[in-house]
Order: sequence, then C-alpha cells, then structure tokens
Amino acid sequence: MHSFARTHATEVALIAVIAVICTVLSFATTNFFSIGNAFDLLNTSSVNIIFAVGLLVVLIAGGIDISFAVAASVVQYGTAIALGWIGGGGWVSGLVIAGSIGICLGAVNALLIHRFRIISIVATISTFNIYFGLLMFFTKGVSIYDLPEWLTDRVVLFEHEMADGSWIEITLPVLVMVLCVIATWVLITRTTTGRQLYAFGDNPEGARRFGINIGAMQFIAFGWLGLMAGIGGLVQAHYAQEVVPNALYGRELDVLAAVVLGGARLGGGKGSVLGCVLGVLLIAITQNGLNLMGVSPFAFKMIVGAIILIAITLSNTSIERLLPFVTQKGARR
Amino acid sequence: MQQLAPTGGSEKPLLSLNDINMTFGGVKALKNVSFDVRPGEVHCLAGENGCGKSTLIKIITGVYRPADGASIEYDGEVYSHMSPVTAQDRGIQVIWQDLALFPEMSVAENIAFQTVLGRWPKLVDYGRMRKIATDALQRLGITLDVDLPLKEYAIAQRQIVAIARALVGEAKLVFMDEPTASLTQSETDHLLDIVRGLSAAGVAVVFVSHRLAEVLEISSRITVLRDGALVGVYPAEGMTQSRITELMTGKTFDQEVRATARQDQPVVLDVKGLSRPGQFDDISLTVRRGETLGITGLLGAGRTELAQTLFGMLQPAAGTITLEGKPVHFSSNRDAIKAGVAYLSEDRLSLGLIQPQSIADNLVISSLGKIVSGGFLSDERKRKLVAGWIADLGVKIGLQSDAISTLSGGNQQRIAIAKWLATDPKLLILDAPTVGVDVGARAGIFDIVAKLAETGLAIILISDEVPEVYFNADRVLHMAQGRIVGSYDPRSVPLAEIEGAVYA
Repeated sequence: MHSFARTHATEVALIAVIAVICTVLSFATTNFFSIGNAFDLLNTSSVNIIFAVGLLVVLIAGGIDISFAVAASVVQYGTAIALGWIGGGGWVSGLVIAGSIGICLGAVNALLIHRFRIISIVATISTFNIYFGLLMFFTKGVSIYDLPEWLTDRVVLFEHEMADGSWIEITLPVLVMVLCVIATWVLITRTTTGRQLYAFGDNPEGARRFGINIGAMQFIAFGWLGLMAGIGGLVQAHYAQEVVPNALYGRELDVLAAVVLGGARLGGGKGSVLGCVLGVLLIAITQNGLNLMGVSPFAFKMIVGAIILIAITLSNTSIERLLPFVTQKGARR
Repeated sequence: MQQLAPTGGSEKPLLSLNDINMTFGGVKALKNVSFDVRPGEVHCLAGENGCGKSTLIKIITGVYRPADGASIEYDGEVYSHMSPVTAQDRGIQVIWQDLALFPEMSVAENIAFQTVLGRWPKLVDYGRMRKIATDALQRLGITLDVDLPLKEYAIAQRQIVAIARALVGEAKLVFMDEPTASLTQSETDHLLDIVRGLSAAGVAVVFVSHRLAEVLEISSRITVLRDGALVGVYPAEGMTQSRITELMTGKTFDQEVRATARQDQPVVLDVKGLSRPGQFDDISLTVRRGETLGITGLLGAGRTELAQTLFGMLQPAAGTITLEGKPVHFSSNRDAIKAGVAYLSEDRLSLGLIQPQSIADNLVISSLGKIVSGGFLSDERKRKLVAGWIADLGVKIGLQSDAISTLSGGNQQRIAIAKWLATDPKLLILDAPTVGVDVGARAGIFDIVAKLAETGLAIILISDEVPEVYFNADRVLHMAQGRIVGSYDPRSVPLAEIEGAVYA
C-alpha cells in the first residue's frame, strides 16, 4: 500500500484535480455540490465510461481505434433491425446481438492490422469512414424512433428523495457501466490474457520472444473494444430513446482524450481502469460545472481542451522543469 | 599460429554442436563450427564483432535454422535444429543484450513472466508470482521491491531481473550476451559472483563479453571464433588477454600502426574543460590538421555524448570549444555543420541514413545548397556530385537511384561518410564506424580515413574496440566514466597495455 502513490501517480493526481474542481464549483454554483447532481453525472457519463474502458484495452495493447463510436452507431441500427426480425426481444437478446455485432466490427480492425500489417490509426480511420459512409448510405440519414418498448422505457433501479427535494436515481446504464468496468478490470489485471496484453503493448519484441500469440492479442483487444462499443451503443440508444445515425459521430475523440488523460499511453503497456474512469469523470464534471455556472456551451470544447493539455503537461513534466527559475533561485541562496 | 589442443574432459557435454553452417544472402556467417558446453561450467564465447557469436547463439536457441547436416546434441537428445519453444522447455535460457524486459510491469511480473503465459486464459496468481520472484532474487542474494514497476530500477538491477527470470525457467544452460556492457565495475563484480553461484549450482553459463579481463576471471574454457570459423577451444588457465586478442583478430602482428607526429600542424579543434553533468566531466583535447585522434572506452564512458556535444546536438554545461582559433557555441547541429563539423553517428542504420531513399538522395541530404541551380534543386548537379564521391571512395553501387538498403554494410558506411564529406568539413567525427561492418570492409573504411587525413581533415575516431583506434589513430585517448583517464601514443605503447587499461 505504501507504494500506491508511487505506482498510481496519475490516478492520485486526477483525484486531487477532481477534488479541487469540485471545491471551486461548490462555492461558485449553488447546486453543484448536491448528491442529486453527482448521480446525474454518473447517469450521463455511463456510455462514455463503457466506451473508455474498451478503448483502454486497445491502448494498453499498443494500438489505437478511431472507429469505435461510429461502429456503435452501426450496432444500434443493426440491433434495431435484428430485434425487429425476432419480434421485439428483450435486454438479454439485445445485449447479445449488440455485443456480437460490435465484436465483428472490432475483428475487422484486428484483421486489417494483423493480417495486412496496416498500422492501427490508419486502419481505423479507414473503417471509421467506411462504417459511417455505409450507415449514412443505407439509412439515408433517417433516424429510428419506433424502438421496442423495453428499450426506450427508463429503468430506475434505485430512487430516493432527499431532504432538499432532489432525487437520487440509479438507472440501468449505471448498472451496465459498472459491470463493464468490473469485467474490464478483471480482464486486464486478473487474467493471464490481460497481462499478456500489457506485455505486448510494453515490449512487442520481448513478448514475441516469449511466444505470445501476437494475432490473438490484436483480436482480443479490438474484439473487447468492439464488445464495449456494442454494449455502449445499445445503452446510448436506450438513454436517448432514439437511434440517430450521427449521434455518436465525434465521440471517439472525446473518449480518447479522457482515456489518455487517465494515464493510458499512446504506444502501449500503460493504463488503468481507475484512471480511465477518473479521466471521463473529470471531463464530465468540468462540463457540468461550466454548465451550472452559466458559461456558454460554445466555450466548453475550448475549456475542456485546455484542461486536458494542462493535466497531461503536469503529469509528464515535473514542476521544477516547468518552472526552472524556482530551483535556480533556491540553489543560489 | 600453433593451436592448443582442446582440453579433454571426461565429463559428457551438456550441449554439443557439430558441422554448423549458416549463410545469409551469399555470405557464410558460420563455417563448419563445432561447440560444446559441459554441465555447470562457465564457458566464454570470444570473437570480434561480426565473427558469428550471436548467430551461433541464435541457432542454439532456435531463432535461426542452420544449414542441413548440422547436429545439435543437447542433454541426451539429437536435433537437426532447435525451435524457441523446445529450447525454453528444455532449460536453455538467453539473457539478450537488450534484456527483453517489460519496463511498465512490476519486477515480480517480469521475473515470473512464464506464469502468465499459456494458451488459455487463467486467473493471475499474484501471490505465487511474488513468491517466485522473491525466491529467485533470494537465490541471487538480492533484495528488490518486487511490486514496483521495473522502470523504477537502473540498468544493473534490470540485468539482475533478467537473470532471475532465466532461473525461474529451470535453466540448465544460460547464455549471457554482453551482460556487463553497461555495468560499472562494482556492479560487474557482483554479476560475476552471481555467475559463479549459478555455476556452483550446476547451471552452465555461456558468457559473451568484450572485456577480456572478466572473461579470464570467470570462465573455465574459451571458444574463439573468427570470421565465422572456429579458431579453437582453450582452457582459461594460462591464457592471457593479448593471446586471446591475437586469436580473435588473427592479425595483431600483420597490422601496422599508422600513427605519425602532427605536432607541426595547426590546431583545428581545441576543447577545454568541457562538461555535461552525469555524462562527461572536464574534457580537454586538441585535434590538429591531418590528425586522427582516437577515443576509446567502454559503453557508457560518455564518448557518444561528447561527440554529440561537439556536433551541437547536446549543449555543454561548462567549458569551451574553439574551432580554427574561433570560439564556437553551437545551439544546434545546423550551426555545427555550417561551421565545418561532420558527425557519422554510432547508429548508422537508424540515424545516419534514410534506408528507403535512394543512394543519391542520401548522399546529398546534408549539402543540398551545392546542387541548387536557379533556386531549384538540379538533378544534373546532383548526379555529378554523387558520381564524384562514389568514384573517390570506391563505393560499389548499381544505380544512383537504388535504395540505400540494397547496399552492404561497408558500402552503406562509405555513403554515410561521403554524405558528410560533401559538406566540406574541417572536422570529421566518426563514432563506431565499423559496427555491423564485416572484417574485410573495415580495412577499406580505414584506408579511406587515412586518405582523408592526408588531405588535411582533422578526424576524431571513436570506437570501443581498442585495436581499431590503436592502429588507425595518431593518438589514443581513453575515456572512462566521463573523464579522460589516459593518453597514449601507439608508436611507443604496446596494444596490450592500452587494452589492459580499458578492459580492466
């Protein structure tokens, strides 16, 4: 335990930054620091966290994926159509169908990367365009509103009215998110496969010399992200109560930024589920706070971008290097 | 040269190789080599760079497949070739020079890495992993915090982690490829103790090292290879460093010292008190017109950092650099090139040349200004410039437009030299110019160096192979731990004395 701060420096720093932002916001706004708002944040962040833990696995294995968010849109359409064929279905069949389509789309990326030796950013930018193009072409940009009732009905697992009149709610997306987070945590920290993924991302040549199956690593990493994208896509359709072809377009970069903010390294071998969740929450809290403070939504992206830059600079660079005059003055005295 | 009789052993060898041949693209890397290792012995594999040592190790560990007719007898079984999986299963472990470790993962995971291998996923047993790691480290008499990521530890500890990992695999035969290359003396002593401990516990160790002193100290037998052929197997007892060098190079006595006095020539480079904390300290040296100054020393002595500082890629913390009487201050290597300094980098293949580009484009990259005509690059001028240098340096090429990667190591090195000569330098720094170049081509490169010196170029020749600087430089400086610790004149000091100082 003594070395937790040393081995989890990013996570500790993120918790500190979140604490500072929360403190500032609780003074600057009237209703930020309420339990109701905290649960609200959790409900709205669920889909991004599901995407983020999936992307984390790919980053740990040394890859990157730009296509998962539009793949999730493809999953939404595919699942809606398949559910129509089987006459409605339910949450179980819905998740199985969505997860399977997601895995297939992820496997396409893994195939391109492993079999045809295309680097992951190029492969997934291509599939991003192909998936989105196919989606727009076949749907002609038309949204689906007549989803099965089970999918659009809000499922509240727990609710409680607070003394101040606000409501605490835990909805189905939160439960699904928690399950995805736990499953990913088990995969990457508790199974031999997960450790092989870390090793492969850390030193691919070293991993190869140990006889680790490189192809399997790519399929597991991109397949896992596909699964998470599929589940996240279905949950997002549930949350939005509609399927819109470009609803998730652009989400990939928000999630990527959050995961990198959470300490995952582009290049592999590094990253944790906790950091990843904290990264998503930090951005969500900032946006939520800005919203409550009445800042124009048009400024959000700019401010969030600046926060990501500052946080990553701080975690990469020690204070002395950023402020050289501090140490020099000290040395002269 | 008389050959000592191979030592006769009553003990049955653990590993015995016979009739090993290996050819790479028409070049015979190994010619009818045989090699044997007895259980529990420390056996040294000696030879110059490119003599076939690593090829031999890769054959034993299954990375390469030898030509037909080879026989590999290991622990009672005969193989025509090995596979990496068989080799590992049967207790053959290699500690590669690059260690093949995972810096972001914990020490425990690195040591007990085999527990996460396997075809089917299992749950990771961190308790068992930690125990395996602690036990392995204990066998070596080392304490490390096994929960910390490996990157928190320095190279010496990483080396130990790599050894501990080999022990976990129930090793019977461990290859160590230059294990001491980046260690300090006390770390090396510790490592040698560990090797002795392994040997006492019945593990055979094949040790590859350039430092002949430690080779003699640690091994019981020495197998010498030269140019891919077996020179012989010798007992370490009664062997001397100079004798091994002689066996390894086979040309100690037919090579002539090229050194000449250049005291009457004007000073081109004058360096005083140059320092960069942690890399080199208080370096003062001069190089005169037409002089070749050799700098030797072990890896990590600060040679390359010094060269990069003279070339403006690193900035000194203290000291002055004077070039032809004018104090210079390079803020980047562009300034250095403009002032007439050229630097042929240590890692020629990755840094010096752009492999997929053509021979001609590589050659003119640093002197594009010369082939400009009317504001645009002129193909005609480029062709003439390239043709001139290729003729001058005797490079064998097909077409100027062929990719540089189609050339042999020696010819690539000539193009890299030509690239810098085209900038009309006053000072040429050659950093390990013969790494990856076969023995024959080396002589050719040094002939070019000698010719260049005759034209008045000042040259700094850096190499960790002492004979290279001894025979080709006018003066030899010895660098150790960032300082110049010795200065020698090859005309009055025997090679063995410098080698003794450097490899001690």
